[in-house]
Amino acid sequence: MAIVERPSDVLALPPGGLVTHSPLGVFARPRAKTGWRAWVSTVDHKRIGIMYGVSALFFLVIGGVEALLIRAQLAAPDQKLLSADLYNQVFTMHGITMIFLVVMPMGAAFMNYMIPLQIGARDVAFPRLNALSFWTFLVGGIFLNSSWFLGGGADGGWFAYAPQTGVIFSPSHGMDFYAIGLQITGIASLVGGVNLVVTVLNLRAPGMTLMRMPVFTWMSLVTQVLLVFAMPVISVALFLLTFDRLFDANFFNVAQGADPLLWEHLFWIFGHPEVYILILPAFGIVSEIIPVFSRKPIFGYPFMVFSGIAIGFMGWGVWAHHMFASGLGPISVAAFSVSTMFIAVPTGVKILNWMATLWGGKITFSTPLLFSVGLVAMFTIGGLSGVTHAVAPADTQQTDTYYIVAHFHYVIFGGALFGFLGGFYFWWPKVFGYVLNDKLGKVHFWLTLVGFNLTFGPMHILGLQGMSRRIPTYRDGYGFNLWNAVATVGAFVIALSVLVFFVNIVRSKRQAPSLPPPGPDPWDARSLEWSIPSPTPDHNFDDDPVVTQLDDFWHRKYGEDEQGRMVPIATAEEIAMPGDPSRSHLPAPSYWPIVLSLAFPLIGYGLIFNLAIAAVGGAVLLGGMVGWALEPPDDEDLPPHGHDDHDDDGTAAAEPEAVATQEEVTAGD
Amino acid sequence: MTDTAAHAPAATADHGHATATGISNTKLAMWVYLGSDCLLFGSLISTYLLLRHRSTLGPGPKDVFDIPFTSVSSFVLLMSSLTMALAVASITRGDLQRNRAWLATTAMLGGVFIGGQVYEFTTFYREGLGYTTNIFGSAFYTLTGFHGIHVSVGIVMLMSLLVMSIRGSLGPERAEAVEIVGLYWHFVDIVWIIIFTVVYLIP
Repeated sequence: MAIVERPSDVLALPPGGLVTHSPLGVFARPRAKTGWRAWVSTVDHKRIGIMYGVSALFFLVIGGVEALLIRAQLAAPDQKLLSADLYNQVFTMHGITMIFLVVMPMGAAFMNYMIPLQIGARDVAFPRLNALSFWTFLVGGIFLNSSWFLGGGADGGWFAYAPQTGVIFSPSHGMDFYAIGLQITGIASLVGGVNLVVTVLNLRAPGMTLMRMPVFTWMSLVTQVLLVFAMPVISVALFLLTFDRLFDANFFNVAQGADPLLWEHLFWIFGHPEVYILILPAFGIVSEIIPVFSRKPIFGYPFMVFSGIAIGFMGWGVWAHHMFASGLGPISVAAFSVSTMFIAVPTGVKILNWMATLWGGKITFSTPLLFSVGLVAMFTIGGLSGVTHAVAPADTQQTDTYYIVAHFHYVIFGGALFGFLGGFYFWWPKVFGYVLNDKLGKVHFWLTLVGFNLTFGPMHILGLQGMSRRIPTYRDGYGFNLWNAVATVGAFVIALSVLVFFVNIVRSKRQAPSLPPPGPDPWDARSLEWSIPSPTPDHNFDDDPVVTQLDDFWHRKYGEDEQGRMVPIATAEEIAMPGDPSRSHLPAPSYWPIVLSLAFPLIGYGLIFNLAIAAVGGAVLLGGMVGWALEPPDDEDLPPHGHDDHDDDGTAAAEPEAVATQEEVTAGD
Repeated sequence: MTDTAAHAPAATADHGHATATGISNTKLAMWVYLGSDCLLFGSLISTYLLLRHRSTLGPGPKDVFDIPFTSVSSFVLLMSSLTMALAVASITRGDLQRNRAWLATTAMLGGVFIGGQVYEFTTFYREGLGYTTNIFGSAFYTLTGFHGIHVSVGIVMLMSLLVMSIRGSLGPERAEAVEIVGLYWHFVDIVWIIIFTVVYLIP
């Protein structure tokens, strides 16, 4: 924001070396602790996690309205609520929004907030890069949705098959917004992925070996590794599409001899790992919730971990099952058919382990567990219909019908979203210091479950009856009327359930002062995040926790008597925060992440409308990187003692080395 | 791990001095990023391989490539990997003078390579191969262009290191910064070996 006014300050190197202790001037670190400035400049993983969650819920409302428009259009035959063109835009934007702007950031919300707490760290490895990821995601999402006001949304489906999405068949700017917008959110995912992989591997507390990490952290690690390797593939595909559309390249120009399968391969090599990127964080959340509410350790912890890793590996070998109808040839089809059936095995392992964890446990059916059991049931249905797609001859009948729509909603909504909703109820007291009302939570759950099955259950039937995906309407007399009407009713029930969730948040917050505070450990849980007060203090842990076993916190609370029975030996309150917080030092906030992120949409608008805007964006990008690099170390007030701000921008340029160097010089160690 | 545990009360475990893997955060981040970049170039090279013989009109690879010229510029880039390794070795020894010399040499060799690429592009363009001429043109310029951008970013990194060194803020204790830039530089060189083989040498 300050760049345009003060370019010379930004670009000039301070004389006499890079060390600047002065808190004055453009390089001063922001100091606000409250108010909007504190949020805009924060590098705290907890605040960033909360902002990811809020943004995801905001986009959930947008994507939900789009879903309601689709269902309203299809409620009865021959409706004219949306034109065919507008219908294309609405279902495309619905898919993009729900996948890239709702489910992915919701996972990122949980991962950002919980990973450092679960591994006993004070923040992520690169706090400023973490803020950059969030802001870049947010501006990317706003950029994508701004297309509604600038000539119409993307209209080629979320997978945007080229050459159908070339300028000839999709002349509006919608697909340009798609290609560039996803490129922007891709940068956010890549930076976040590198950051969180390093965080999990490097910042574990003493004794927190890999096989002592909570399953959620494990699944997050697998997810982030998938992101790091999947994102560049979609980036290349989007680059090719952008160059075709904006610069007349010939990648998808069939008249010049191009191969239409190129896009499909690139997209699905990204796209299939992507579905595991969507679902694995939710699997992790459920693996935390089920043991807590069954009062048993997770059944087969190593199997849970390795099945997650196996899913991550095998997810790379199944992409062509999305392309069985494209004429790949019998050998490819057979190979991918078999590999797709195989990937059901590690998923089945997880399902059975969750059930074995519940088996014989002292079960409390609170809202988090209800959503978790909901996930296990709904995902199983989605998984089974998925296996039917793996059978290639059956798939050629099902492909492009509502049967597919039913399938992927059962795995993404019935899987990922159910897990996240359970996670909200589970971790809400830790994040905000009050418990969400359980009665309203149960109303929320049952409405969601009923609405969900009413909406997507009938789509199996519609699909097998032959109703195509992506058609704006259907004729009377095809036999589609009844189940479409039911699905539309279901969609509005889901909308009602989301409303109940928001009401629950507000009401629980209002009632919180009259209720006893939840304390550090309201659920009698097992992992480290419950060993600190609620809401989490700024510095997370007074002292670095030292971990001796899996579920360490649980074993500090419970021991065994002579007969081998479990007896409480300490309360969570006794365990929580024994130390002295004054020794912990936190990275200081920074404005540069948001400044840098603003460059991306400027460049995007510039490429689409006017290169002058892109030039401004480029200047912001360069200035932002220089400002980022030359920002002083953050602890002028404290005795300097080390690298608190482990930022390195490995993806961009050399400036980060300057940061590190300054710190070294200041720290003098 | 034991080392980490010993230092735990001093609150250093999360401050980068002792990481759980023993590899610093920045170096690990560079490795992870390079892993990601493998997929970027993997996708671009696959795209090129799929498309290079599909052009319906010329000019094609045989009409424009000048193998001897590109061999020389490839050799220059490979030599820059050697000088990069020497830069890392010299700063580890604490020989700042030599370090600066090798950093500058590496950046210069990289610059020569980029200059060669610019010359090559303009020559091809004059011979009738524009970006939009045919499929081969689009695929070739995109693949080699992405590599050229990577080399240019590497040159900027090297120049930044050089500026820092001249200003006295790049001592032996910061040898790892040079090493990390070196990782990137070697990666970009290895990618070029693949591109040179696949694009230029294999008919």
